[in-house]
Amino acid sequence: MSAVEIVRFAVRGLAANKMRSALTTLGILIGVAAVILLVAVGEGSSRSIQQNIQQLGANTLTVSSSTGGGGGGGGFRMARQQQDTGPRTQARPLTVDDARALADRAAAPHVSSVSPVVSANAQAASYDGASHPIQQVIGTYPSYFEASNKPVAQGTYFFNDDVLAARKVIVIGQTVAENLFGALDPVGRQITLTGVPFTVVGVLKEAGSTGGFQDADDVAIAPLTSVQQSLTGFGPLNQILVKAGSAGDVAAAQAEITSVLDQRHGVGGTVAADYQILNQATLQETVSAATSTFTVLLAAVAAISLLVGGIGITNIMLVTVTERTREIGIRKAIGAPRGAILGQFLVEATLLSLIGGLLGVAIAVAGAQFTIAGITPVVVPSSVVLALGVSVAIGLFFGSYPANRAARLRPIEALRFE
Amino acid sequence: MSLVLDVRDATKVYGAGETAVHALRGVSLQVEPGDYVAIMGASGSGKSTLMNIIGCLDVPTAGEFHLDGVDVGALDDRRQAVVRNRKIGFVFQSFNLIPRMTALMNVELPLAYGGVKPAERRRRALAALDLVGLADRVGHQPNELSGGQQQRVAIARALVTSPTLLLADEPTGALDSTSTLDVLGIFDRLSAAGRTIVVITHEADVAEHAKRVVRLRDGRVIEDTRLAPVDGLPPRLKEVTA
Repeated sequence: MSAVEIVRFAVRGLAANKMRSALTTLGILIGVAAVILLVAVGEGSSRSIQQNIQQLGANTLTVSSSTGGGGGGGGFRMARQQQDTGPRTQARPLTVDDARALADRAAAPHVSSVSPVVSANAQAASYDGASHPIQQVIGTYPSYFEASNKPVAQGTYFFNDDVLAARKVIVIGQTVAENLFGALDPVGRQITLTGVPFTVVGVLKEAGSTGGFQDADDVAIAPLTSVQQSLTGFGPLNQILVKAGSAGDVAAAQAEITSVLDQRHGVGGTVAADYQILNQATLQETVSAATSTFTVLLAAVAAISLLVGGIGITNIMLVTVTERTREIGIRKAIGAPRGAILGQFLVEATLLSLIGGLLGVAIAVAGAQFTIAGITPVVVPSSVVLALGVSVAIGLFFGSYPANRAARLRPIEALRFE
Repeated sequence: MSLVLDVRDATKVYGAGETAVHALRGVSLQVEPGDYVAIMGASGSGKSTLMNIIGCLDVPTAGEFHLDGVDVGALDDRRQAVVRNRKIGFVFQSFNLIPRMTALMNVELPLAYGGVKPAERRRRALAALDLVGLADRVGHQPNELSGGQQQRVAIARALVTSPTLLLADEPTGALDSTSTLDVLGIFDRLSAAGRTIVVITHEADVAEHAKRVVRLRDGRVIEDTRLAPVDGLPPRLKEVTA
């Protein structure tokens, strides 16, 4: 009795009850597909978040005011701090002077560029009758384009001269270009931003979907001075974008920024810093840890459905063994050894789970081609191997009890069974 | 000459204590090669128990049982399966073909369990089906065959391994008279060809075809009549072949 023979008997046994086999297979199919797909969704969301972070710019550090100390709510804390440390008036906002100090090669040798940033949200822009609220208008220096990883697709950047002269030039994102100009070439045309005319000098390269948080293409970038003049006023900076020389310099640059700003803002001793530095690398690590927890959670939920599918196999195999008791008796009477009966039912159970597993993989891979809840799933090969392996193991494990029962049947009793 | 069957003082008790049922109370039966034996008895006489023991489906509580010189009771489960496969061909009252398998596949089954190669298996299965006159029905499933045809498939399945002993349990019990004659004719011809056959029956008509009739009552042999010599022809061969 060869293994091929046993597999043939098993296939025939399954084919005899196609509906039941199909439904049992469905249980495993759903389990396997769920495991693979949910892990893929978890992986996809983790990648898209990491991509977003990288899009903010590689090797960059973002300096922004700490909100806690700056507002009116900080009054009480200020008073107490005064007692402790002597003269200290207020948390200082970030200024263009702070940015200039950071650009000092001597004090901060690892910093390669510094871009002060002001931003205004939801500014109405219009061109020739078409209007569009731009989600974010950024006023900055030309170095911002490189530091924040925003290359220009059409036209050009603005230059330092434009900043000095506060020229009303602007670089717009793809979404803005489409909404205001449609098919027209925007470069050289004039748009009106809350009543102030700006000349479009360039269009940013499309940043692509950013996972639904916000449209990274719905931006416009203009010289710092122009934006301050016409939109935000000459108040504090929203942030300072600092680019380190290389990935290895990021930590050193962060230390330098801290020392420069601590000095300028009088931070030290018991005085808490009135600014914060966001490091892309640390942010990335934190987010990865959070998303991997999320992925594990999803996989655990899916694994439960795989287990339920396995129990379904045991159930169906038990029914099958009972139903085919007489057939087992006949087979034994004509000389089937115990191993052949055991093998047949074990292979039947394993085939059910294997077919279910393979179909599950196929469906999961097909399903991963679509965007699910705004996330493009990324199929993790190890999850496919694991889900398939587990489904086969489930077939063997959950099939072994019914198969053993079949093999142990005594032929006279089995033959007498009606 | 070595005996095909040698049952010595076999007893079989089901249950224990006061509720114990003595199905066999010391049966001895020797069958020589080429013999055609009918075992008769009313229900409860122990003939089914005896058949289970002869068919290696059950072991006696006490006493010895040798099949073709082998002490079956001493064999383990796996070897008993081999004995059932090689030495015994079973024919049941209710045919016991496996549903949803064609006649050919049903007949091939014992050979598959015996480890015969597919081509050889097919050749022998077709030959066995031809012998019972069903060469034109090989592709039919049991539910597409009449009772008589199903029983002939079952006989082909029993013969295909060339067993030492053909063991039939009420082979005509579920058949009409025409099919009964068909089946008995096959048995008579097999016997004339020298095959050893044991038929369990309660019908006198069927028993009259055998060379020897053994009657059981209350778990004991009460009568052992020889109708024809062991090496002779079965007594009613002429009628069924006419």
